[in-house]
Amino acid sequence: MPFIPHTPQQQQEMLDAIGLTMDGLFADIPAKLMHKSFDLPDGLSEQQVRNRLADLAGKNSVDLTLFLGGGFYDHFIPSAVYSIISRSEFYTAYTPYQPELSQGTLQAIYEYQSAICRLTDMEVSNASLYDGGTAMYEAMMMALRITGRNKVIIDDSVNPIYRVMIHSYTQNLQIDLEETHCKNGLANRAQIRDRLDDKTAAIIVQNPNFFGCIDDFTDLAEAAHKKGALLVVSCYPISLGILKTPGSMGADIVTGEGQSLGMPMSFGGPYLGYMAARKQHVRRMPGRVVGETTDREGRRAFVLTLQAREQHIRRDKATSNICSNEALCALTALVYLSLLGKEGLKETAQRCADKASYAYKRLTAIPGVKPHFKAKWFFNEFVLDLPCEAADVIATLIERGFAAGFPLSRYYKGMENSMLICVTEKRTKQEIGMLAEALESVL
Amino acid sequence: MKLLFEKSVPNRRGVVPGPSDVRTTININDDLLRDESAALPELSELDVIRHFTELSRRNFGVDTNFYPLGSCTMKYNPKVAERIATYPGFAHLHPLLPQLRMGGMLTQGALAILYDMDMLLREITGMAGFTMQPMAGAHGELTGMMIMAAYHRDKGNKKTIILAPDSAHGTNPASAAIAGYRVVSVPSDADGVMDLDALKSELNDEVAGIMLTCPNTLGLFNPHIREICDLIHGVDGLAYYDGANLNAIVGKARPGDFGFDIVHLNAHKTLATPHGGGGPGAGPVGVAEKLVPFLPVSIVVKRDDGTYALEYNRPKSIGYVAPFYGNFGIILRAYVYVLMLGRKGLARVAENAVLNANYIRKKLAGHYKPAVDTVCKHECVFSTTEKMAANGVRALDIAKTLIDRGFHPPTIYFPTIVKEAMMIEPTETESKETLDAFIDAMIEIAALAEKDPDQLKAAPVTTPVSRPNETAAAKMLNIASL
Repeated sequence: MPFIPHTPQQQQEMLDAIGLTMDGLFADIPAKLMHKSFDLPDGLSEQQVRNRLADLAGKNSVDLTLFLGGGFYDHFIPSAVYSIISRSEFYTAYTPYQPELSQGTLQAIYEYQSAICRLTDMEVSNASLYDGGTAMYEAMMMALRITGRNKVIIDDSVNPIYRVMIHSYTQNLQIDLEETHCKNGLANRAQIRDRLDDKTAAIIVQNPNFFGCIDDFTDLAEAAHKKGALLVVSCYPISLGILKTPGSMGADIVTGEGQSLGMPMSFGGPYLGYMAARKQHVRRMPGRVVGETTDREGRRAFVLTLQAREQHIRRDKATSNICSNEALCALTALVYLSLLGKEGLKETAQRCADKASYAYKRLTAIPGVKPHFKAKWFFNEFVLDLPCEAADVIATLIERGFAAGFPLSRYYKGMENSMLICVTEKRTKQEIGMLAEALESVL
Repeated sequence: MKLLFEKSVPNRRGVVPGPSDVRTTININDDLLRDESAALPELSELDVIRHFTELSRRNFGVDTNFYPLGSCTMKYNPKVAERIATYPGFAHLHPLLPQLRMGGMLTQGALAILYDMDMLLREITGMAGFTMQPMAGAHGELTGMMIMAAYHRDKGNKKTIILAPDSAHGTNPASAAIAGYRVVSVPSDADGVMDLDALKSELNDEVAGIMLTCPNTLGLFNPHIREICDLIHGVDGLAYYDGANLNAIVGKARPGDFGFDIVHLNAHKTLATPHGGGGPGAGPVGVAEKLVPFLPVSIVVKRDDGTYALEYNRPKSIGYVAPFYGNFGIILRAYVYVLMLGRKGLARVAENAVLNANYIRKKLAGHYKPAVDTVCKHECVFSTTEKMAANGVRALDIAKTLIDRGFHPPTIYFPTIVKEAMMIEPTETESKETLDAFIDAMIEIAALAEKDPDQLKAAPVTTPVSRPNETAAAKMLNIASL
């Protein structure tokens, strides 16, 4: 049998030592509860399983040129990232509850927390959450705990995938969730101010928002704070290579999807939810946190800290039910950020924005193609209006080898002709040119 | 050891992004740009590789050491699954492709895997339908509680209470509370399993359901499990099976047959996907027939022509608990594992996991105090003896001394109903030689605990750091280098 080392002789020796037969070991399960015949296939050898999975992998179209983003991005991943995270001392370890034999994981998490704080200009970070959507939900719950209030305002320029997740999570809770409708591509100030009151726990916004538009939420942070509410900002971490930080805008909690930091798209996961906050809120923050301390000889050492917030101590009074998070993905993000470094991240963000800017020029030069929003600034995504239904055009362009963008009608009423186009640093001038030609030819 | 940031040298470069091939440059208003570049380390590629390689050597993993952590099922993680997860056909697949018109046809391989895994897990657990969305075990619990709440809402039931045994994992009460329920703890009886009379006294119309592991955290299979499920159903409650301990019965018995309505599995336990130092995991959730309409959207369905599609039109669904289809890369690894083991292999998993746990239980019985003295399933629980306690030796000291002998310690101080608990789960992938070496070390430590307790108090001495000051960590609260 694969992965089971005992020989029949050894198995018998062990049974003899116990003084039971194999059936005897399962005699505590009532006979009527034993399942006599499982309808499962015979096991496969490694060679068979690799052949079968290679065949299935071949049924997925990964040769399309991707202009598809929507919060999940096709960025370049340096080889050294995979080399590090493939070390089984990292990936076969458990949660670092025994600090003396987990200093590798613990120091890496501490460095990850530091890198996230430096990227966002915030003071504290946790060790990771599942993904950008659950991180936003956890931020919302944290804001409710901090303020003791139950109203949340979220602008619809926030990723619609996350908004439906938050809606799902709050079905059984008494939370007043109010949506505002973005104006000219930016969070709707008038509607947000109108709804902001002394029952409001948080305003949730995103930068760049789902449409790729860049905003500055300094005014919203001030408005929120005046009413005793918090500002929660979701951020695309690559964009922070150049964009104004949520910390400098006055955000109280910052979350986001960390997939762009060295993780493949992998059909939706595993990804990385990151969360950073102001230090005063650290005891209300969900998830694991690593802190620096010293050992008995005074040497630097790292441990899980503030565990009294967590489920294994506090049970039903915990700040979250999260246990396993995305530690290896946090390590991935840290290695990625270390390899690119200060300049490399900035350059990557610039390349994305430059190429998106070029694509915008090329595509808006096509007769009948117009920008949807009046908002002037975008990062690496933008919305175009076509003279016909976007979903049709995108379907046609798939046949030409392009995943040309995302049809916004899927989540937004009245945007049947609009498509969201994403350009990462991986796209070339030639690919952008070919997309422009293909788009023009099908309109 | 120095931090990455302390090794940074101004203007040193690591991986340099390729040059831009467009002449256009961004034109973003200065007000919207950051004032200074993020203070990330400036290191060469080799600096980074050396740093993390050195860190990796300060870790115990399953590949380096025996890891008998109770209730964590730290079994071997097959390398073939890691390799397959890197196939470009999986790793480079954009999750939004199926949302494009006819886009499902672009991802038939991935959808086939999700569908097939659903079918395999149904048969393994005896449930009627699965969602692969939950991204860890606790996330599966929350999903299960949301399904439970939706079911009661749909029936017009006013239910407020979730029952959980006092030996439950902390995630159970936490998940129930976050879903909006009040948690009532049910005590264990003298045999270490849920007290039936205590359960009966807590039953009333307010009870939405119960959360149970079976076998429980003492490694015991509750012979009354079917009766417990029936009692819960008697008040129109639902029974939730926490699959953390499924490794004990996989391929032998099924929670669905016990009467459970909702089940989660931990891919990173029973299904051999790596734990990653604390994730990513996957926590697929299965439900009985009457709960299938409440599963999260989307669900993969097989059409008459043999192709696969995502179904979104499910009016009673609880909605989305993950952005897409869960941690696909982890489900993929678990799928590879199930395919390789097959029907016979899965039964051998439970048999050998139980064999190994009982072998350790029997061998250590004269040296430590067993929590219960009956046959166990996947794990066995011990406490320190009275003589050890009189010497001031705690479970923590035994754990730290094991580190010096080259073993990851068992789970300690859990379950909380056992004083000075040491919870040992060897798993089926460990050889007799490894178990014997561990047993010898445990026996040697038991003797030391009586003769030379100071040696135990000083442990570990072979690790890069000795026992860290955890109180100071919480007090100083240095959690980021800024």
